[in-house]
Amino acid sequence: MSYDKPLPVIDHDSRPYWDAAREGRLDIPLCNGCGKHHFYPRTVCPHCHSNDLKFDTVSGRGTVHSFTIARRPAGPAFGDDVPYVVALIDLEEGPRMMSRIETDTPENVQIDAAVEVTFVKATDEVTFPYFRLSA
Amino acid sequence: MKNGREPVIVGVADAALADGKFVRDASVLGHMALVAKAAVEEAGLNLSDVDGLLTAGMWGVPGPGQLPTVSLGEYLGIMPIFVDGTNIGGSAFEAHVAHAAMALEKGYCEVALIVYGSDQRSLRSRNLSGRPSVLGMQHETPYGMPTPVGGYAMAAKRHMHEYGTTSEHLAEIAVATRKWAQLNPAATRRDDLSIDEVMNSGMISEPLHLLDCCLVTDGAGAIVMTTAERAKDLKSKPISVKGYGEAHTHWTISEMPDLAHLLPAKRAGETAMKMAGVSHSDIDVVQIYDSFTITVLLSLEALGFCKPGEGGPFVSNQNTAPGGAFPMNTSGGGLSALHPGMFGIFLLIEAARQLRGECGDRQVAGASTALVHGTGGTLSSGATVILQKD
Repeated sequence: MSYDKPLPVIDHDSRPYWDAAREGRLDIPLCNGCGKHHFYPRTVCPHCHSNDLKFDTVSGRGTVHSFTIARRPAGPAFGDDVPYVVALIDLEEGPRMMSRIETDTPENVQIDAAVEVTFVKATDEVTFPYFRLSA
Repeated sequence: MKNGREPVIVGVADAALADGKFVRDASVLGHMALVAKAAVEEAGLNLSDVDGLLTAGMWGVPGPGQLPTVSLGEYLGIMPIFVDGTNIGGSAFEAHVAHAAMALEKGYCEVALIVYGSDQRSLRSRNLSGRPSVLGMQHETPYGMPTPVGGYAMAAKRHMHEYGTTSEHLAEIAVATRKWAQLNPAATRRDDLSIDEVMNSGMISEPLHLLDCCLVTDGAGAIVMTTAERAKDLKSKPISVKGYGEAHTHWTISEMPDLAHLLPAKRAGETAMKMAGVSHSDIDVVQIYDSFTITVLLSLEALGFCKPGEGGPFVSNQNTAPGGAFPMNTSGGGLSALHPGMFGIFLLIEAARQLRGECGDRQVAGASTALVHGTGGTLSSGATVILQKD
């Protein structure tokens, strides 16, 4: 079955991130100038503005900073997913990123809950880093 | 030191709606031209007097809307020498007032026209299917992030977590705003509304319900500004622009510095109030962008009308309703009067009318100083204007 939801339009900044996700790793930029990670991937560090950056494989562990349970889909393509949890995840390494929390019980998701990454294949090119509640 | 170039608002106009749709038939540019003409004529000016043109919108993209002042100027048959197409979302028009004020103070133009129009309701063109999945959005849109409500919902969830704010608190804002709409014959939604009805109006994006969200309507509005000196010869009562400020912090919600505290409003508000030399007790009437109920609550705290975390108690007991201690969003706001995609210009129009004393049943007695605050994007931008009657 073809994938009918929006896919990322991958660009030069994000290519290594999506390539890593396809291979089951969460790789995000780490700045050699200030030693901080950032997300989403940029060519210049948003913290110290160095452009001496590399991609670093991070733990995939984090906590829920905030979330919403979508009771109405963001367009028809997401209709079958409702209700679904879109969340902001604070990664152990510092950055905050948006993702989905995979769960059969959305009402059990709480702010500050521990989560870990899980990779969900969408197409041959795109695999999404989703998260699930840690056991 | 007064030099006669102090910026003033001398004309305002908005388009008549019925059931949220334009009453007249016209293109989106036609509606903008009609309100522009009405606003300059209210001042006793002509469109040919306009030498500054400011607009922001979502019409004509891709196409003429990509260069909106250029396309609008051509349609109006004017050739401005000062233009500003700043687009920071619904707060753009508060920023336009700031930029026009600076141009007038500097002598860069003499008559500035700010215009907005949207026929999104009539066209059924409001796109809620998510933003194109490019650049920063490739990390939001594919996850099914409901836009724009999802980011506001996440901020509300965080505020609830940190401060114990409740859905009842948010519903207080929707109900108080509806009571103002009931006093405004031009408002779209004027039927009775209770806190229970807001809470039972259906969950859209937890914790925000349908009636925590603004309307989706058409709308067009225009504002004309000139200098205090020029206004002496005009026929309307000038309203002074005493202070202004603007700020933005992020586009994607994951980059918002602090979901429970609205930094753009804090920065813009402090700048505007300092410039105007006013304190909170000087403000008689407040118009605050209400895309969602949570937008208002976060703005009230960030602007300093109450302490961080105390927005819920502040809006309780219908404090912001007609007869309450804190008159706010007196037109019925984006929640109940109209919301044509970018609402900020209508906050300014209502504030000017309140200060002129033209508001009939909803008039705030003795209103002489108003604070207007717009929010745009996903809690991304803020711009504040302090208005005063002489």
